[in-house]
Amino acid sequence: MDSREQTAPAATDLARAQRRTVSIIDSERWLGPLLIGPAVLYIVLLVGLPFFMALYYSVSNTTTGGGTLGFVGLRNFTGVVGTPRFQTALKNTLIFALLSQTVILVLSNALALALQKDFHGKRLIRFLILLPWVAPISIGTIAWLWIFDSTYSVLNWTLRMAGLIQGQGFMWLGVPHLAMGSVIAVHVWRQLPLATVILLGGLSSIPQDIHDAAAVDGAGFWRHYFQITLPLILPISLVALLFGLIFTFTDMIIIYNLTRGGPYDSTQVLASLAFYTGIAGGDLAEGAAIALFLFPLLLAVAWGFLRIAHRTEVT
Amino acid sequence: MATVETRGVKKYYGDVVAVNGVDLVTKDGEFLVLLGPSGCGKTTLLRMIAGFETPSAGELVIAGEVVNDLPPRARKIAMVFQSYALYPHMTVFKNIAFPLKAQRVAKAAIPQKVEWAASLFGIGHLLHRKPRELSGGERQRVALARALVREPAVFLLDEPLSNLDAQLRASARDELQQFQRRIGTTTIYVTHDQVEAMGLGDRIAVMKAGTVRQIGTPQEIYHEPADTFVARFVGSPPMNLVQHQNYVLGFRPEQFLPKGSQNGIGSVITFPFRVTRVEYLGADRLLYGTLGGAFSDQKVIARLPSTVTVDIKSETAYDFSVEDKELKFFDTSTELRISTRPL
Repeated sequence: MDSREQTAPAATDLARAQRRTVSIIDSERWLGPLLIGPAVLYIVLLVGLPFFMALYYSVSNTTTGGGTLGFVGLRNFTGVVGTPRFQTALKNTLIFALLSQTVILVLSNALALALQKDFHGKRLIRFLILLPWVAPISIGTIAWLWIFDSTYSVLNWTLRMAGLIQGQGFMWLGVPHLAMGSVIAVHVWRQLPLATVILLGGLSSIPQDIHDAAAVDGAGFWRHYFQITLPLILPISLVALLFGLIFTFTDMIIIYNLTRGGPYDSTQVLASLAFYTGIAGGDLAEGAAIALFLFPLLLAVAWGFLRIAHRTEVT
Repeated sequence: MATVETRGVKKYYGDVVAVNGVDLVTKDGEFLVLLGPSGCGKTTLLRMIAGFETPSAGELVIAGEVVNDLPPRARKIAMVFQSYALYPHMTVFKNIAFPLKAQRVAKAAIPQKVEWAASLFGIGHLLHRKPRELSGGERQRVALARALVREPAVFLLDEPLSNLDAQLRASARDELQQFQRRIGTTTIYVTHDQVEAMGLGDRIAVMKAGTVRQIGTPQEIYHEPADTFVARFVGSPPMNLVQHQNYVLGFRPEQFLPKGSQNGIGSVITFPFRVTRVEYLGADRLLYGTLGGAFSDQKVIARLPSTVTVDIKSETAYDFSVEDKELKFFDTSTELRISTRPL
């Protein structure tokens, strides 16, 4: 028996202890699937399944009453596209999305630039600006409902007190153009925080040296902003815009709570029309067709934006 | 052509004192180096001269004009940053043209000026590239060309060589100095690297804890250090400082040689030196050890050039000597140098 064998018992104990700690989470073959599994399951069940069901519904003749699930080809699409209601909703969707995103893009840029500076009360302002995003949207819009109320509108009261109007004041949600303006305003209020936070992230990723260099090189505010800052946050702005567009095209909570699409469908967008047709009206197939109508367009927009963002990305 | 002057400039961040009363005057066309360890306030001082930071007290004067309230763009300065701060979304051409456009130089004159600046640094063939397609050395040249193109009165350089590898740094140092001599623009250069400072500066201002400890030519800084901090900060290995009676005695490692190896004919002082470790570096040998006798075990370093061929072994005592005139004396409490030998 040599000295090496004498140490053997201790060595095997150690080896056994080490072996014990080697478990399933040390194996990359199992650990990866284990970690990503819940996310995959979630997406398949709550996003994938409804999506493919909607795809099938849109080419079927199903209703909320159930029963039939017959294949009818593109009849739902061709049927609905020609209706004035659909065309109005399509037009409203585009106006709603483009106008609100333009305003959001401009305001979030200004806000992010302002919030990047150091000033007293910055934390409070940041918190207040984030509030619309973290507050439940339904509660927020109900507050707006009162702000726009035809009798108790605080907006009208303010305008009256300022001497800008006399008498009754505006029917904010009762006149087509005003109603569209109102839902856009609330939508901007709602989405501005997210866009601002995304842009703030983009702004803070620009090294201070770049700003200092531009200052020494003689750039004033506008040149600095349009030739240095804006190009550098362009990729992330496009991502913010993409998020904003997709949320806008697919969301209907604000319109549902404020105008129900009225007056006379003047604020009806595709998402709300799909809801009223498919769920409230019971024609699930046609509702699905309306909801999916913009899907190819959104897909193309998303692909295009991500490509541009990738190409303009700078290191 | 211009000079830069700081008059009692201070900068506080809350309770923290970054710069604590700096008085400097550059000469016209001078290459002045601000040298100091990190956190000594040298970059803050440069950023105040550039106009990125506002002094808490004192005056900044560029070309005879008090510039405290002027924005950076009105100060006739150009700056090269440690990171180069090239505009990543612009080509080299547009990077160099940017200061010209910002100053509303006539459009037709811009290409000619850009090409002139690019040719000075040999980057004419890179004009259509983006910064990310350039090597570190090329980026540094673009940054210099962008700074130079509008012919500023003063150049500010913030450690522009620290992102280059050692070999490139040596050649860039050489180019930088030649170029500065040629255009003769007053230059303030910040670095923590004493080799860079010695090699580049007409004068060096050594800073510590927000104050300038000494300002002088590289020779003055090296041979006549104003205090023990400068003595130890400049030179590698640093000056040996040993406590003796009521003062501090200083001598450079390369002056501390085996007895009899001195070239001079002046009188020498001899120390018993016990070598503990020998480091062979090719061109020289570094001997680490302790002094004996009246100097009771104080650590010192000797640097022997390869021309001194005496065989030295570790853990052995030798007699080493320093020429009398190479000895420096410092006050123990103030740490300032005393010009004459204390009794």
